[in-house]
Amino acid sequence: MITTTHRVWKYGADVNTDVIFPGKYTYTIDSDPAELARHALEDLDPGFASAVSPGDVIVAGSNWGNGSSREQAVTCLQAAGVHAVIASSFARIYFRNAINSGLLVIECPAIVEAVDSGDTIELDLEAAAIHFAGRTYLFPKLPDQVRAIVEAGGIIAYLKQQT
Amino acid sequence: MQTLTEKLLARASQRDHVKPGDIVVVAPDVVLSHDNTVAIAAIFRQLPQEKVRFPERLAITLDHAVPPPTPAHARNHARIREFVREQGIKNFFEVGRGICHQVLCEEGIVGPGMTLLGADSHSPHYGWLGAFSAGIGRSEVAALWATGQLWLRVPETISITLAGALRTGVTAKDLTLSLIGKLSSAGANYMAVEFDGAGLAGLSSDSRAVLTNMMAEMGAKNACMAPDAVTWHWLRETLRRTRPHDHEERLEFFRDHALHPDPEARHAARHTVDLREIEPMVSCPHRVDNALPLSALGQTAVDVGFIGTCTNGRLEDIAAAADVLRGRRLRKRLLVIPASSLVLRDAAETGYISDLIEAGATIGTPGCGPCMGVHMGALAPGEICISSANRNFRGRMGQPEAEIYLSSPAVVAASCLAGKLTHPADLLDESQARG
Repeated sequence: MITTTHRVWKYGADVNTDVIFPGKYTYTIDSDPAELARHALEDLDPGFASAVSPGDVIVAGSNWGNGSSREQAVTCLQAAGVHAVIASSFARIYFRNAINSGLLVIECPAIVEAVDSGDTIELDLEAAAIHFAGRTYLFPKLPDQVRAIVEAGGIIAYLKQQT
Repeated sequence: MQTLTEKLLARASQRDHVKPGDIVVVAPDVVLSHDNTVAIAAIFRQLPQEKVRFPERLAITLDHAVPPPTPAHARNHARIREFVREQGIKNFFEVGRGICHQVLCEEGIVGPGMTLLGADSHSPHYGWLGAFSAGIGRSEVAALWATGQLWLRVPETISITLAGALRTGVTAKDLTLSLIGKLSSAGANYMAVEFDGAGLAGLSSDSRAVLTNMMAEMGAKNACMAPDAVTWHWLRETLRRTRPHDHEERLEFFRDHALHPDPEARHAARHTVDLREIEPMVSCPHRVDNALPLSALGQTAVDVGFIGTCTNGRLEDIAAAADVLRGRRLRKRLLVIPASSLVLRDAAETGYISDLIEAGATIGTPGCGPCMGVHMGALAPGEICISSANRNFRGRMGQPEAEIYLSSPAVVAASCLAGKLTHPADLLDESQARG
């Protein structure tokens, strides 16, 4: 059993991509990780970008990432060192973008109820389980075809493997 | 027995039959990108192949920041033109032609029975023509450029049957805000929405596009409706103008390709909406599903109005605003941006643009305008905007300390006349009271 340990940043339901990564930057900030990380969650939690540490996870309510299809709403979190987003549910395009960029996304409503900002959780991907405060929370595994993309590190890395 | 969405996805994945939950590999007819094309090209260049596999399937518009507001945006456009040349892409539409979703419909690039995947969240738009269309991310578009294929999960379908007719002064936008308010911004997450019913038959082509476009704000993967007499009339009249040399062949291609749902198809949920019961609606800050009847909002002051976007920037929308403003003088700033150059031309020829200018409105270059806060109407801290766009998220129009209300174009126009949220019918009352 391999578990990893992560500090939690907790947010509510229906967090949209405009507050995760503002639209005004979408055509000028794209690939520079430092710039992406600087604006992560800018209009949701202005303190996040300067205080987040590599390996931290975001835990949020339902419909995380609704709104625009901009991929920076995923890549800005990766640039900031976020290990995974755990939510009650995800907006459709965000879910696809995360998989296709290799960001771990986990649907687990029960853990969302249980944790708060600053808590520490343990993640066991093999068992599809999260451990917190003596309890275990299971989450559904992705379909095989889709998991292959995440495991490759995203759809581009996956295609490179295929060629 | 399949829904329209299932039939379209079965065709796109070369299967006889699909069902919700199936993971299928589809080969879309059209792959859309816009000002984000450079970012996608950067991802594409990480792959070993140099050329796009099927350049004839790509469609690229410059629309999100047009004309370019800064040298950085101008350089972005220049790089897109370079990519278009280098890859031999024919379906490229320059600054000023209009918003991707409007332009691709007008140009007959997407039509009944076809499939589009686009790097834009309002890609469900094309369902009003009886197409399957969905928004995807940039990396996925790069993968599509390389392979022509992408995985999709076949969605469950929500059926919405429309009965009756909208009352005077009530629009398709009010219907969508009412639906999103009831079912929530995640009400159709991962799902398809299909419209039908006698009430749909009575809606204009411009209104139908509002329905499928706005379902993005309910989380839908795609939204669609079967083509009918209204669809065919619009296609015939529009293609005659945009494709004078091959409009008949294109129409025949669409007729051969059109699909219709089976009457006994299974749905995850069914709703019936009596259009007579829909009221003028407004989405309040900072959520689209925070939708309330205009009549319940009382005195809400506004500073500025915006009419435009892929949601409500068509001729019907500009006509509605002109009808409200004709012979009157705006009290508040109003920006009007037609969704395409064709819409702008029609609005000029019919005299609507003159009506708007005489009332004191500003007309912008066809494109997305200030919808996502890039330029041409960004808000100042504390300003309150009434907009015909599709999103009112905090910071959407460039300023987190501003507030955005969403409504139909007629309500935007009336509100900018009165300086507060107002329905056009109440303006008439005021003038009669004075008279």
